[in-house]
Amino acid sequence: MTNPTTQLQTEQEDDTQAGKFLTFLIGTDVYGIEIRYVTEIIGIQAITEVPELPEHIRGIINLRGKIIPVMDVRLRFKKPFRDYNDRTCIVVVELSEVSIGLIVDSVSEVVQIAEEDIVPPPDLKAGNPQGFIKGVGKVGGEIKLLLDGDKLLQHEEAEHLSHL
Amino acid sequence: MTEFGTSDPLLEIYLHENSQLLEQLEQSVLECEEANAFSSAAIDVIFRIMHTIKGSSTMMNFDNIAALSHVIEDLFAFIREHQPRLTDYSALSDLLLQGGDFIKLELYKIRQGDSPDGDSSLLKSSIHRYLEELKRRHAGQRDAPVSEEDAGDILDEGTHSIAQDAHLKAILFFDDDYNMENVRAYQVVHSLKELTEHFSYWPEDIETNPDTAEMIKIQGFQLFFRNGESPETITAFLSQAPCLKHLEISETTPPAGMSESASPPDFMPEPSVDVRSADDLSSAAEQPPVAPTGHPTLPEETQSLAKPSVSTSGTQQSSFISVNLAKLDELMDLVGELVIAESMVTQNPELAGLELEQFRKAARQLRKITGEIQDKVMSIRMVPLVNTFQKMNRIVRDMCKKQEKQVRLQLVGEDTEVDKNIIEHISDPIMHLVRNAIDHGIEAPGERAASGKNETATLTLEAKNVGGEVLILVRDDGRGLNREKIMERARERNLIFRDEAEMSDRDIYNLIFLPGFSTKEVITEFSGRGVGMDVVLRNIESVGGSVSVDSAAGEGTTISIRIPLTLAIIDGMNVKVGRSRYTIPTTAIKESFRADPGSVVVDPEGNEMVMVRGQCYAVLRLYERFKVATNVTAMEEGILIMVEQDDQTFCIFADQLLGQQQVVVKSLPSYIRKIRNIRGLAGCTMLGDGSISLILDVGGLALTS
Repeated sequence: MTNPTTQLQTEQEDDTQAGKFLTFLIGTDVYGIEIRYVTEIIGIQAITEVPELPEHIRGIINLRGKIIPVMDVRLRFKKPFRDYNDRTCIVVVELSEVSIGLIVDSVSEVVQIAEEDIVPPPDLKAGNPQGFIKGVGKVGGEIKLLLDGDKLLQHEEAEHLSHL
Repeated sequence: MTEFGTSDPLLEIYLHENSQLLEQLEQSVLECEEANAFSSAAIDVIFRIMHTIKGSSTMMNFDNIAALSHVIEDLFAFIREHQPRLTDYSALSDLLLQGGDFIKLELYKIRQGDSPDGDSSLLKSSIHRYLEELKRRHAGQRDAPVSEEDAGDILDEGTHSIAQDAHLKAILFFDDDYNMENVRAYQVVHSLKELTEHFSYWPEDIETNPDTAEMIKIQGFQLFFRNGESPETITAFLSQAPCLKHLEISETTPPAGMSESASPPDFMPEPSVDVRSADDLSSAAEQPPVAPTGHPTLPEETQSLAKPSVSTSGTQQSSFISVNLAKLDELMDLVGELVIAESMVTQNPELAGLELEQFRKAARQLRKITGEIQDKVMSIRMVPLVNTFQKMNRIVRDMCKKQEKQVRLQLVGEDTEVDKNIIEHISDPIMHLVRNAIDHGIEAPGERAASGKNETATLTLEAKNVGGEVLILVRDDGRGLNREKIMERARERNLIFRDEAEMSDRDIYNLIFLPGFSTKEVITEFSGRGVGMDVVLRNIESVGGSVSVDSAAGEGTTISIRIPLTLAIIDGMNVKVGRSRYTIPTTAIKESFRADPGSVVVDPEGNEMVMVRGQCYAVLRLYERFKVATNVTAMEEGILIMVEQDDQTFCIFADQLLGQQQVVVKSLPSYIRKIRNIRGLAGCTMLGDGSISLILDVGGLALTS
């Protein structure tokens, strides 16, 4: 049984969050992720390395008593590693009940993108190797690559095996 | 709304409550069976349980459960009313337990989201038959001539049985601060009418006569119960009365032939010698073996008073609440944060060198309180083993019936407390060990008698605290393990990897924990699929425990399980490697030392070894193993920590020791565990400064080194 008031609240929240994206930079590319996934944004902090993990999982951090893994989005996209600086941010997202920190070069803004301004990504193997991009949004002539959160966390069997 | 989603809070409550009720039912039945009598208190408890289940099931539309509980309720309504003399209690317990099992299965189906579609018509009809049989026999009993001494006690037809003749008397005193005792008394009377109609009270004219207030003040408000309700129910009910200061309950046997309309004040000024509290009565009443039907000399009173003490558990539970474990985990996380935040404030570098007397005082107080909160939260998670142990009663009973063995289950130290998470992991292994003991260990009564043992075997489940661990023993006095048979079987299955001559008894007994080992020729319903003992071992090891076995031929077998008190806190030694920190459980550490340059040798395959007191130990360099950058690579700059787990000893090489402390164990994030299962890491923990340390799993490191 769902409490009608909470249901109403979530609906309202969904309404205000719909179509909003948090955008961030990896190099010069602008990426966006749906704001409803985002829990908070924190500056870079000490990361505890965990052995035997894929390179893009940098380790774990202590988020006020909660231990969460952090992923370097740069490395996830197979781009060269760049040293962290004071612009580097960790975007804490909750995707399918998993909390994870995404390390990005810098966070830019929250934008509203109407549904009709989002087009499916070009089906080019080279441009979207693992299907991380689920759409391309146009805001005032700028192009923002909208991330598919679930794909970001997914580990293909082949990739998984290659690390064993 | 999905039809049976467990997300429905009402359904959650329904499932939770009813499973608890069923557990209580099972316990009551087993207690009664052991005492070989169904006491009136137990009958009340069972009746109430069935009534509650019926009510809530009807509400939730689980008609088959409601129907079955209705039938059982009917049966107990009859038993409660007429207290028939029973000869065959085991038939009654069987019916009840079957009923309980049926409902349990249905509840399980509901929990799984299936519809409860079981068919209980067979069971219902056998309960009906049993009830008919009881009624028939009861009618016969009443027609039979009654012995002289009892004749006076028999009241008008069928409405009274002996139990109700024992009048119950309650005296209530109200708080002195409140006047108008008569009004308070009237309130009690009014609310009592919801419970039962069969009572009278003194003074009688409380509604109309304000003078009664004074009388109540001096002599108390007296209630006399004539029917049905057990002393427990009455006590529980009355003790809730508002402004109650004092409550006395006593059972009295009224003079023979007293009629229902007899005015209570007649025996109001009772001499105190005659007033015995219900408790005194119960402890005084020795339970005689149940007389066969129609035995005329047994005074009927003894039967109605049969062991009222057995089922007090029904009324004790009111002081407990059940809490969602997830909430407790959250609370513990918060307390962990609090402790860290506290040290961040009081140890703040900005305070260094300042003379702050008042601040230090306040900080000390804060630290004391946070420490106490932490201890309390930990203790909330600790639950006694009693439920786990008592579940075994049922298993023992069922197996004894099936296998025609006689086993007495003895529980020792069942109030020993263990972390809730651990209990969940050890319940199955213990059950398995109990089954194994009865199935393989304990002989049939004939065989026992032939070897000069008591025909009834004793199976002991014992728990005790030993240091920071809990030791659980499963001990039987059966035939013991057969050394030769074990060896034979182990050879057959190629399970021996060592020189047989070198193996001690203990080594041989421990072979039974190897996967695929089973010495029983015949596979039975209960055990013997050969997946048993290794699963037991694995379950126990998964919570950081160990299992060992000891046995003497012909005298029995003892299986000892050692488990940590809690998974949540361990004693650990923190070490540093490069920028990373690791925690090694102190229980695994034997010693730490700095190696002499000359004592380290490398074998042709490149494996490093260190010589300590003439013994050679493998060296595991943590920075190599975990690929961590560090400047300390020379053996004499770092430190070696000798660790031992499961008879494997080796040395871990780290940069330096940081110190020993108690750490709160947290598992690695589920996302990381999903990516891969990292051998050698048991989890992680937060250190005082907020940084994270990885907890090493020594056993896992040994496997991969």
